[in-house]
Amino acid sequence: MARAVSTQTKVGWTIAAWVIALLIFFPILYTIITSFKSETEAIAGFKLIPSGTLESYAEVQSQSNYFKFFMNSVVISVGSTILALLIAIPAAWSMAFSPTKRTKDILMWMLSTKMMPAVAVLVPMYLIFRDWGLLDSRIGLTVMLMLINLPIVVWMLYTYFREIPGEILEASRMDGATLWGEIVYVLTPMAIPGIASTMLLNIILAWNEAFWTIRLSTTNAAPLTAFIASFSSPQGLFWAKLSAASTLAIAPILIMGWFSQKQLVRGLTFGAVK
Amino acid sequence: MATQQTRTLARFMMAPSVFLLLIWMIVPLAMTLWFSFQNYNLLNPANVSFAGLFNYQFFYTDPAFFQSIWNTLLIVVGVLLITVIGGTALALLLDQPMFGQGIVRILVISPFFVMPPVAALVWKNMIMHPGYGVFAGISKSLGFQPVDWFAQYPLFSIIIIVAWQWLPFATLILLTALQSLDGEQKEAAEMDGAGFVSRFIHLTIPHMSRAITVVILIQTIFLLGVYAEILVTTNGGPGYASTNLPFLIYRTALLGYDVGGASAGGIIAVILANIVAFFLMRAVGKNLDK
Repeated sequence: MARAVSTQTKVGWTIAAWVIALLIFFPILYTIITSFKSETEAIAGFKLIPSGTLESYAEVQSQSNYFKFFMNSVVISVGSTILALLIAIPAAWSMAFSPTKRTKDILMWMLSTKMMPAVAVLVPMYLIFRDWGLLDSRIGLTVMLMLINLPIVVWMLYTYFREIPGEILEASRMDGATLWGEIVYVLTPMAIPGIASTMLLNIILAWNEAFWTIRLSTTNAAPLTAFIASFSSPQGLFWAKLSAASTLAIAPILIMGWFSQKQLVRGLTFGAVK
Repeated sequence: MATQQTRTLARFMMAPSVFLLLIWMIVPLAMTLWFSFQNYNLLNPANVSFAGLFNYQFFYTDPAFFQSIWNTLLIVVGVLLITVIGGTALALLLDQPMFGQGIVRILVISPFFVMPPVAALVWKNMIMHPGYGVFAGISKSLGFQPVDWFAQYPLFSIIIIVAWQWLPFATLILLTALQSLDGEQKEAAEMDGAGFVSRFIHLTIPHMSRAITVVILIQTIFLLGVYAEILVTTNGGPGYASTNLPFLIYRTALLGYDVGGASAGGIIAVILANIVAFFLMRAVGKNLDK
């Protein structure tokens, strides 16, 4: 593998890659730049250096109570992920450590529930939510997103747990470990990285979910997806404000995403590409 | 090793997941199927009656129906073409020796983490806006008339936005697959005098074919359901020019209050998705056997 590469070639590739990467990243970069402009500046034409004003950020908070939407996003995405983990860990655990003939079929079936198009059940879910008073409630959205992501959580955990060698269990059993001791001292430390990665990816997916969160919420439980979508109305003309709101909405997830590149591949391809 | 006791325990541990997903799969879908045979309008909820196949007929004869199916397919195929070809090219590029590879990677995958409404609004307002957008600025500085993207090419504009969001995903997965290609194999091929093109065709493409299949299938599942991008940019218009099937169903259900009609559309969407799902399950299932 260690081929000698001339510096010239390397510089060439570097320039090509950076130019293309910056072009792809540009819409995000420009959003961040615009968020530090004033409204008049924002529509005054293409300019890469902003005046650095923070007025858009202040205005987003004071006019729309941005923090409330942000907290809704946090509660719904983290809540649904933890709920899904609580339900999925035992299932993935038993499938990985005591698989039966039917384990594979069950996994495939779980995956198949993910294929159902959301719109196909929009009407019944809307009616159920309405009749049960769950429309525009954090609990309703949390449960909804938990259901949507549950198959992915089970799958990801399963692919991680499957890699924990079974022999280590037998060895510890020989050493006289009890079942409880096995779980606490042997399996848990080995499972935690997998659980953490699964958690990270699912918070990202839940944070960005933009069908149910928009359709099943109006004001009280509306997360950032719904808040940003409301800018498509005439309000959207306030570009600096839109940019500030957008920057705040994507920043936490962008940073988490950068740390989860590997897990992303694995989780979203259901272990088919590693 | 698996005693009766552990087997019972295993079943008990799986029960909550299986039970929840079973309900999630059956109840709403059964309701959709039931509603699809009813005359049921939310504006007149007291007056529900059996409709037979009327809703399906209604959906089928609606000129918007075929256009929306066509648009759905155009979005899927258009985005797939851009992301698979672009993603392969980008993966090959990112696999080359360079300075700051880590940062380049981060820049390239970032769009995937941007929530759909933000992506769509940023493109709509700041990139594609006919008056103040970056594209308009470039056109003007070159002396051309700026293009009003969402009025003139609504569907194409949406395809570009969605492709921008999914290109990082394709790139990342194809790059992962590319990097698992055995270095020795590459070197052996090189020593045998295989040029870049022949190495690409005979070594890289076969090696990546599975990753490409997975990318296509997973993206298709998500692309069949593109919604927020349409909602915040064109709202399906002008006319039905950028309405896909999910958007048409949403329009029928929540704007037209027609529960029966929307449900019939939902069942059609399920059938479409199932055709894709069939192939995805086979690709993923094969991997499980390994």
